Amino acid sequence: MADYKINMKLEKTPMPEQEPQVRNRNYLEVALGYTPEMALEEATRCLQCKHQPCVGGCPVNVQIPDFINLIVQGNFEGAYQTIIETNSLPAVCGRVCPQENQCELVCVRGIKGQPVGIGRLERFAADWHFANVSAAPEKPASNGHKVAVVGSGPAGLACAGDLARLGYQVTIFESLHLAGGVLMYGIPEFRLPKSLVQTEIQQLRELGVEIECDRVIGKVLTLDELLDQEGFEAVFVGTGAGLPTFMGITGENLNQVYSANEFLTRANLMQAWRWPEYATPISLGKRVAVIGGGNVAMDAARTSKRLGAEEVYIIYRRSEAELPARHEEVEHAMEEGIIFHFLANPVEIEGNPDGWVTGIRCVKMELGQPDESGRRRPVPLPDSDFSIPLDTVIVAIGQSPNPLLRDTTPDLACESWGGVIVDQESLATSKAGVWAGGDAVTGAATVILAMGAGKTAAQSIDRAIQEKNS
Amino acid sequence: MNKILAREQLNSDTVLLDVEAPLIARKALPGQFIIFRVDQEGERVPLTIAGTDPQKGSVRIIFQTVGKSTLRLGDLKVGDRIENFVGPLGKASELDEYAGKRVAVIGGGLGMAIAYPQAAYLHQIGAQVDVIAGFRNKDLIILEEEMKAVSSRFHLTTDDGSSGRKGFVTTVLQELIDEGARFDLVLAIGPLVMMRAVANLTRPYGLKTIVSMNTIMVDGTGMCGCCRLTVGCDVKFSCVDGPDFDGHEVDFEEAIRRSKAYLEQEAHDYREEQELHRCRLTGEVRHG
Repeated sequence: MADYKINMKLEKTPMPEQEPQVRNRNYLEVALGYTPEMALEEATRCLQCKHQPCVGGCPVNVQIPDFINLIVQGNFEGAYQTIIETNSLPAVCGRVCPQENQCELVCVRGIKGQPVGIGRLERFAADWHFANVSAAPEKPASNGHKVAVVGSGPAGLACAGDLARLGYQVTIFESLHLAGGVLMYGIPEFRLPKSLVQTEIQQLRELGVEIECDRVIGKVLTLDELLDQEGFEAVFVGTGAGLPTFMGITGENLNQVYSANEFLTRANLMQAWRWPEYATPISLGKRVAVIGGGNVAMDAARTSKRLGAEEVYIIYRRSEAELPARHEEVEHAMEEGIIFHFLANPVEIEGNPDGWVTGIRCVKMELGQPDESGRRRPVPLPDSDFSIPLDTVIVAIGQSPNPLLRDTTPDLACESWGGVIVDQESLATSKAGVWAGGDAVTGAATVILAMGAGKTAAQSIDRAIQEKNS
Repeated sequence: MNKILAREQLNSDTVLLDVEAPLIARKALPGQFIIFRVDQEGERVPLTIAGTDPQKGSVRIIFQTVGKSTLRLGDLKVGDRIENFVGPLGKASELDEYAGKRVAVIGGGLGMAIAYPQAAYLHQIGAQVDVIAGFRNKDLIILEEEMKAVSSRFHLTTDDGSSGRKGFVTTVLQELIDEGARFDLVLAIGPLVMMRAVANLTRPYGLKTIVSMNTIMVDGTGMCGCCRLTVGCDVKFSCVDGPDFDGHEVDFEEAIRRSKAYLEQEAHDYREEQELHRCRLTGEVRHG
């Protein structure tokens, strides 16, 4: 039990945010983080339950009550050190984890009132550390074994971090020019500042992790070459879900129809919002529609607004209740003036003879019987077509695993939809010496699930190498 | 960071660079491309590989200084470094089945630089290679000697007749076909309108025609779909499914429209960069 006085307020200590009508015109972070006073107030809401349901709810098992207890004691650095024992990227996770479905979902305080703001406290501890402590983490003694990690997204970083802490010499191969994967190209600056991602990645470099950017594994080096010629005893594949899905409707190849991946990569990784200072342009116009209802759709819509679009729509074929995006993201989007068209399904993107978008034609939908996902299946209403005049369409209906590596690795068994097939326990693939995890295995999911997979694979790889050498 | 090992100005706006990239040099095959980013603010620009030297560990690129990034790349000197240089990307051209066969390799302008490794490879595996090289005028001719060395027959055309035959590459191709030349394959590399013209010419003859689609790209690994094009009934990504495609199946009208997606921004950047470029050359201070 807690040895401090519990704060029995039913609601989380509010976190300051930029005003919606200010922030939808800038790229600065929306949520501003707790002050030490706020953190203390929120931390004392934690009951220090003996059975610690929150720890089990966390895919990387952060020792949540312990770090919260340290915050209560004013030992913020101790809190950070406790978190990074199991989580290499706390500043990232404190911002983008869907805590409401994980640690906070099972928090006892959530039975009556709101759960403890675990994510906010995690973010606080990480931000405090980076603002106040400059000491680099100590580099562990090398055990002389080399492991390669393909992809520097959340799965790869988590795997690399855990292996490095065990003394492995880890090299991450990244195809893009900057490390971070979806944290760099996908999630926008206003939700996850890119400098912060690089700061957390730098911590891994301090642990001895080497990162080689501009290396497309499968092209410049194959998995076999990594294992047979480059001296790596194991490879972890964390190549993510980077292949965009399009709708397959007329007009999808018109100019200013983007996949969410292209749009967000231009805006985030390539910094197109700073054009012409940064050379990559983005072409948008005044009226933008984003197709889809997930977090990526919310990111694309909110980014469009910040790039100067006057009207931004989300077009989603089910109703508000079925939106797959985090509640917080939907709320933020609505506050920022994004207009939602629920129960609408695009059937054609309209264009002019020069090949530019002029509008989108949709049909109205109603919800029928639940489908295999348990959500009610949307059914088109007859003769319900309507058009919205537009300049830009962004398709955000999902991503699947990138085929590049599996195309060049015939003995890596994959599902028909592209996911790498793994043993559920160990995350070993069909190919000896190769493990895989994250979106490359599951299809598009969350940062923290990918990190959890990276951790699991790190344990399996460690076990396998130990066994081989004993 | 990749070091520039050699630089040559091929004509007023075309530059050749040999770039240190040993891993790419070891792996690259004709038809594949690299993506470069000239500096930290730079965009990702694809360039088809114009040759490799695995011994020296160098990759050759030939490009026209027609945009912000290529102007900056063209201003780099031997010993300077390019911020990012990644490859080999895309699928290699499938040429092995043409050993002993007759192939027309058609290059228009800068396309000649990309066509060269293909012509050389075909020549090396024992194909009969007719090279048809087309340029706007004699001042723009590049790689003439190199091309002659790897072709059984070399045909040069210029739009204005200032060197070689007056006319277009299609003029020569049509004549060769009319004279009874039986090609097993036509490889056409150059501006979209040229490749479209070649494909339209060969279609009635059922003459297999491969084109190399130099679309706008961002990542170059299949992630963004910016390079998508319609080929037959399918949407393909030029970066991972290509850049080579069946010229009779490519929707060129769409590809031409899509190539203009950033014309306005490109024009703006080019004007700005030309001014800076001039200042770099003259040491003048830029005002405003």
